[in-house]
Amino acid sequence: MDLILDGIKKAFWLLVTLDPEVMGITWLSLKVSGIATLVSLLLGISIGSVIALTRFPGRRVAVSLVNTGMGLPPVVVGLFVSIMLWRNGPLGFLEILYTPTAMIVAQAIIATPIVMGITLAAMQQLPKKLRLQIFALGATRLQMVWILIKEAKLPLLAAVMAGFGGVISEVGASIMVGGNIRGYSRVLTTATVMETSRGNFDVAIALGIILLLLAYVINAILTHIQQHERPR
Amino acid sequence: MKRVSSVWIVSLIAAVLFGVLTVSPASAQQKNIILATTTSTQDSGLLDVLIPMFEKKTGYFVKTIAVGSGQAMAMGQKGEADVLLVHSPAAEKKFVDEGYGINRRLVMHNDFVIVGPPSDPAKIKGIKSAVEAFKRIASTGSLFMSRGDNSGTHAQEKAVWKAANINPEGQKWYQQTGLGMGQTLNVASEKRAYTLTDRGTYLALKKQLGLDILAEGDAILLNIYHVIEVNPAKWPKVNSVGGRAFADFMVAQETQGVIKTFGVDKFGSPLFFPDAGKKDEDLGK
Repeated sequence: MDLILDGIKKAFWLLVTLDPEVMGITWLSLKVSGIATLVSLLLGISIGSVIALTRFPGRRVAVSLVNTGMGLPPVVVGLFVSIMLWRNGPLGFLEILYTPTAMIVAQAIIATPIVMGITLAAMQQLPKKLRLQIFALGATRLQMVWILIKEAKLPLLAAVMAGFGGVISEVGASIMVGGNIRGYSRVLTTATVMETSRGNFDVAIALGIILLLLAYVINAILTHIQQHERPR
Repeated sequence: MKRVSSVWIVSLIAAVLFGVLTVSPASAQQKNIILATTTSTQDSGLLDVLIPMFEKKTGYFVKTIAVGSGQAMAMGQKGEADVLLVHSPAAEKKFVDEGYGINRRLVMHNDFVIVGPPSDPAKIKGIKSAVEAFKRIASTGSLFMSRGDNSGTHAQEKAVWKAANINPEGQKWYQQTGLGMGQTLNVASEKRAYTLTDRGTYLALKKQLGLDILAEGDAILLNIYHVIEVNPAKWPKVNSVGGRAFADFMVAQETQGVIKTFGVDKFGSPLFFPDAGKKDEDLGK
């Protein structure tokens, strides 16, 4: 118990003194996971909408695959991304292994199915007649999709939160493709693992608390937007 | 309403572009060195001192990947690292003999110690021979935590079991964590088990462990670190110049001086003993 108190004190101290290393780590976490979430939104919402709104052979298989993908284990993603990005691997010419960019790639792969799955569910529960009505009003296909996305705004914001929550808290892929390099690819989760193995439990707990605070602030903002735009 | 949405979309795309541009700066490739090393050099904090020194001096950027010695050598074998700092002599010799590594040089040593609960159920306290201590742990069936991760420490531990003519695999009192040294020590402490550890990591974590050093000083327990450059003849993409620069740095006089005093202020005794230029056989004498 004392340890947890020490950790809370330490977290408070690191935050008020704006410890440069911890600030850097926090900022990198936010940047990597934020960008990965944005990428996953672009991919997840567009592909998810297409799957939700069209009929094609093998569609059920595709939906099952997306739903399975929602539970992709980060370490497995990390392993595959590492192998692809190895210098002597198929994408080695990119030379991005052990960089924040590689972490964004891995996290985007983790978050995309989550966003896609929630998009799918959200779009499918819109009333079918809505589409007919939109067409009847003379909308083009693209306009129709856009209106439907706007209609599904609330669950889609939930998709943002789920995707972001999934990647900001993930450690397996980040440590494998990022390497936990000090001042370069060390994020809150990988730093927590390292401080734990170094026995600096107070610092580890402090980092965990900062991670929770960060997740809370982001989610509070998203929730605010979501609830603000809720139909009344 | 419509305007708000398009503002959102535009800012989202702008943010993605901005982010991608700022996160991946145009990097001079040959300025990066991948150092694959063992967890103990990172967990003890030694590299946090040495790497910035090296970077400042040479302008290289070192990507330290701290894994077990086994994995570090596997990375070298695939050409995914430029230079290794490892402590698994038998495997290292094989690595160099097979042509994956060149220029293996002695950097430093410390020693392994057998730690365990203060109650010492196997009564090994004060025994000089590590083999004898392991035999007693086995014969009393006292819980032993193994790294089980092909690290240098794990290799060392297996060597002692072999010398004791005991095969602990599958025994009920023998458990493998598959974790790094720091975490394994914590597990051993919680479970009141014995384990083999390098002295550096133990000293760094000592304050929160319920473990005492019970057996130490046997020559078989020397923990020797070498630096090895990955052979660019096998893998042309290896940054051999950078790897050489780092290896040279590790054996340079100034660096050796830093290693000699590292940890003294915090733990009262050094964690590593510099050995550059010596021969393996002369250590521990």
